[in-house]
Formats: sequence, C-alpha cells, structure tokens
Amino acid sequence: MQAEGIRRISTTEPAWVRWTLIGAALLVLTVIVIVPVVNVFAQALADGFGVYWDNLVGDSDTRHAITLTLIVAPTAVVLNTIFGVAAAWAIARFQFPGRSILITLIDLPFSVSPVVAGLMIVLLFGLQGYFGVWLLNHDIEIVFATPGLILATTFVTFPFVARELIPVLEEIGAEEDVAALSLGASPWQMFWYVTLPNIKWGLLYGIILCNARAMGEFGAVYVVSGRIAGLTDTLPLRVEKLFQEYNSPGSFAAASVLTFLAVITLVIKVSLESRVRAERAEAAPATGDGKQS
Amino acid sequence: MSSVNQRVLPGFGLSLGTTLFFLSLIVLIPLGACFLKASTLTWSDFADAVWTDRTRAAYLLTFGASLAAAVLNAVIGLLLAWVLVRYDFPLKRLFDALVDIPFALPTAVAGLVYASLYAPNGWFGQFLVPLGIEGAYSRLSIVLVLTFTGLPFVVRTLQPVLESLDADVEEAAASLGASRWQIFRWIILPSLWPGLLTGFALAFARALGEYGSVIFVAGNMPYRTEIAPVLIVARLEEFAYREATALAVVLLLFSFTLLAVINGLERWSRSYAS
Repeated sequence: MQAEGIRRISTTEPAWVRWTLIGAALLVLTVIVIVPVVNVFAQALADGFGVYWDNLVGDSDTRHAITLTLIVAPTAVVLNTIFGVAAAWAIARFQFPGRSILITLIDLPFSVSPVVAGLMIVLLFGLQGYFGVWLLNHDIEIVFATPGLILATTFVTFPFVARELIPVLEEIGAEEDVAALSLGASPWQMFWYVTLPNIKWGLLYGIILCNARAMGEFGAVYVVSGRIAGLTDTLPLRVEKLFQEYNSPGSFAAASVLTFLAVITLVIKVSLESRVRAERAEAAPATGDGKQS
Repeated sequence: MSSVNQRVLPGFGLSLGTTLFFLSLIVLIPLGACFLKASTLTWSDFADAVWTDRTRAAYLLTFGASLAAAVLNAVIGLLLAWVLVRYDFPLKRLFDALVDIPFALPTAVAGLVYASLYAPNGWFGQFLVPLGIEGAYSRLSIVLVLTFTGLPFVVRTLQPVLESLDADVEEAAASLGASRWQIFRWIILPSLWPGLLTGFALAFARALGEYGSVIFVAGNMPYRTEIAPVLIVARLEEFAYREATALAVVLLLFSFTLLAVINGLERWSRSYAS
C-alpha cells in the first residue's frame, strides 16, 4: 500500500496538469464528435416530431432508400462473413506458401479509395466494361442496379471479419478442435460445436463493424448506383441527394436514421468488449500481476 | 504444431478455396480490370489525363489536406490516448466509447453535419465566420472533416502501447531525480513513436481516399477545393472512362506505396514491443 502511494507520487503529474489535459481532451472530443452527433438530431427534429416523421416515412424515395440499405448491407455482411471465416481458418490454422501475401491482399481494400473501387466495378460490368455486352445480351443488370451496390459494398468492407477472426483463432489455438476430432467428431461437428462457439464474440464483433461500414458506405456505391431515386439510392446517397436539392430537413431526417444506427453499433460493440474482458478474466483469474490489465 | 495441424485438421482445401474464390471475385479481378484498362492508354494519353494544372491542384490539395488532418490526428490522438489511459475522471468509459463514433458514423452524415455546423448560420459558424474563419466550403473545411474521419486511428493504436508501458522505468527515472517532463520526453515518448507513426499513417491513408464526407463540405471548385477522387467521378460522369482509370491508377499506386510503409511500421512497432 505504501509502495503504491510512492509510485503514484513519482509517476503522475500534478493535479493542475492532469485536469488541464483532461479538460483539453474532453473539449476537443466535444467539438469534433459530440456536438456534430447532437446537431444531427437537433436539426432533424427542429420543426417538431410530426414534420420529422413526414420527412422520413412520408417521402417514398427515402423509404425506398432505407429498404435498399437494409438489403444491400446485410447481403454484403453475409458474403464477408463466409469469406472471413474461411480465410481465418486457412490462415490461422495452416502454414502454406504465399500465406503472408494472402494476408496483405485481404487488407488491400482498406487502402483503396472507395471511388476507385466503384470505378473498377464499372470497368468490369458497366456497358462499356469488359463483361458489359455479354451481360446486356443475357439481360443481367449489375451496374446501376442492386448487384453492383452489393459488390461495391462487399469490396469496401472485405477485410473486416477476416481481420477480426485471424488473431482470435490464433490465440485460442487448435487443441480443442483436435480434441473434438480425436473423440470422433466429424469436421462439421467440430466446426459447429467447438470452433464456432469459441470464436462467436470475435465473429460478432467483426460482423457489427462490417455492418456499420456497409450501411454507411458512400463513395463506392455513389459510382456504381447511377443515382436513380427510388431505385438505386441507398440511405447515405439519399442524404446527399436531399442535401443537393436544398431539402435540409429531409436530409437531416435521413441522416438521423444512420446516426441512430451508428450509436446502436457502438453500444453493442462496447457490451461485446466488456463481455470478452469478463470471459478472459474468468478464464485466467490468477495470471499476471495486474499490471497489464 | 503447424505441421501437426496440417495433418490432423480438416478443411484446408475448402477454406483456402473459398478464400481465393472471394478474393479473386471481389478484389483481384476488379483490380486487374483497372490496370488492364489503363494499359490500353498510350504513355502520352496517360500523361495528358493525369498531369494537368487541374489534376496537379487536386493532388496537392488531397495530399496537403490529408497530411494536415493526419498531423492534427496525431496530436489530438496522443492527448486523448494519454488522458484515457492514465487518468481517472467521471464518465471515462462513455468518452472512450465516443472516440469510435467516426468509425461507426457514415461519412455522408459527417459531411452533412460539418457543412451545416460551420456554415455562417451554423452552431460554430455564427461565431467563427465573423472572425474570418471559413469552416465550410473552403480548404479548411476539408481538413476539419478529415480530422473527424481519422480521429480514432491514433487513439486506438496508442492506447495498448500506453497500457503496456512499464511503470518501473518511470519510477527509476523519478528516483534518480528526473522531472515529469524529462520522463515523458526521454522515456515515454520514445516508446510511443512506432504506434504514433502507425496511427498517423493509417489516418493519412484513410484521408487520401475519403470522398463521402468531403463532397458535402468542400464545394468542389476546380483548382480550389476539388480533391482527386472528385476528379475521377467528374471524368466518369463525362463517360471518359480511360481518363478516369488513369487517375485511379495514380491513386492506387500511391495507396499501395503507403500500404507498404504501414506494413513496415507495424513490423517495427511489434519488434519494439517485444
């Protein structure tokens, strides 16, 4: 106890420095993050709840944009989840030539500008693109239609689930998987009853982040959507179109839905993090001296 | 152990096959198409598309605004990470969670609300514009909104580093008579550099490609407030696919270089940590 007291005196700052730094940090966070979030709701509700509701549900194009976002984002998340689980299993459990190149390639979409991502899809599937004529002859619409929006969103959110799962799988190790197999489980039984329960929180975490980004994606879908109101406008695109039309209340109403979803995402994320921390503390109660907690 | 896995664990072929299928379909084939399209341009066509007064102004603005925002992110990020790890204050968990808002909030919403906050009649603009600070439809507005979108990177890379710092070294320095500032400058800061640089590079890379938020706040005037991704969209809307592709290749090469730098930095921070 005495040693603890000495440590605190010798390795912390005087109170006035501490509180100045805390004040500065909270001020910056307030100006950059908190006021903008509050402002979205303040502007959306500026003319009362009735007007807000009319702007949101009374506008058929905004309604359609909400539906479209609820189709595009989950589809992209499902695709990325299948990919992410497969990639994490291959990368975390096996050594093979080209493994580190594969990891780099999976991360690539994070460093590509979303606009460039959209352009690449137009170059492939647009009318002038490499498969354009073939698609036209077979009556398949990708660009300026929902499949293009899904492809663009999948590209932009590609690394989320895989990135989250690879370290989780590596940390858990393969012992329990091997044990299940040696007790006679089939590969799928091992996956459903041993591997999946072990990675569920990490997987959920990746899915939540992936979904948040997928619903908010703008640049890539902007390029492939063709901006047809009531047809290929997702909710973020609808926000922009209403803004361009000087319909500020409508724009903020649409934005408030996205902001609400972002806040929910954060709440789920925080509760997942504390659950993982609690589980880890339960699993290893007596390790370490608490310094690294 | 990995050789044991190789023999015992199932699903290598299936999982690697699925991975490569998705990777090819979603990432590699589209990227290939982009470079294939660019290769149909002659060298002088390519140069005409990517090297004009207007594109140079756009590169310079994209680069400069991203750099300014990343520097701001580094300073603010260090402050936030320090305060969140080292000090206790009311509602700390809530403030910590709020740092992630820029990751969760769609960039279009960020752009919309920043344009409105700093407009002459906005919550901030009504005080700032009379002072001559134009935080909307200006170059400053681009820096502001990019600072928002990149905020979490430095905080989240520094927090684990700060948490793992060994208090013994600081105690030793203090017992030898070092002041708090000397300890920070000569003991803490050197171990923060790799994380700080990694977070800076991540924020910079993110800012370079950012589009959604910037088009709301910038006004997008050629030569003045037009960033490089806006140029690509402008070319596309003229159906000038080859020119758009040429510009995209320039941006891609730039982001690949940056990705290599970030990978190197992350290796450096890991070797520092161990």
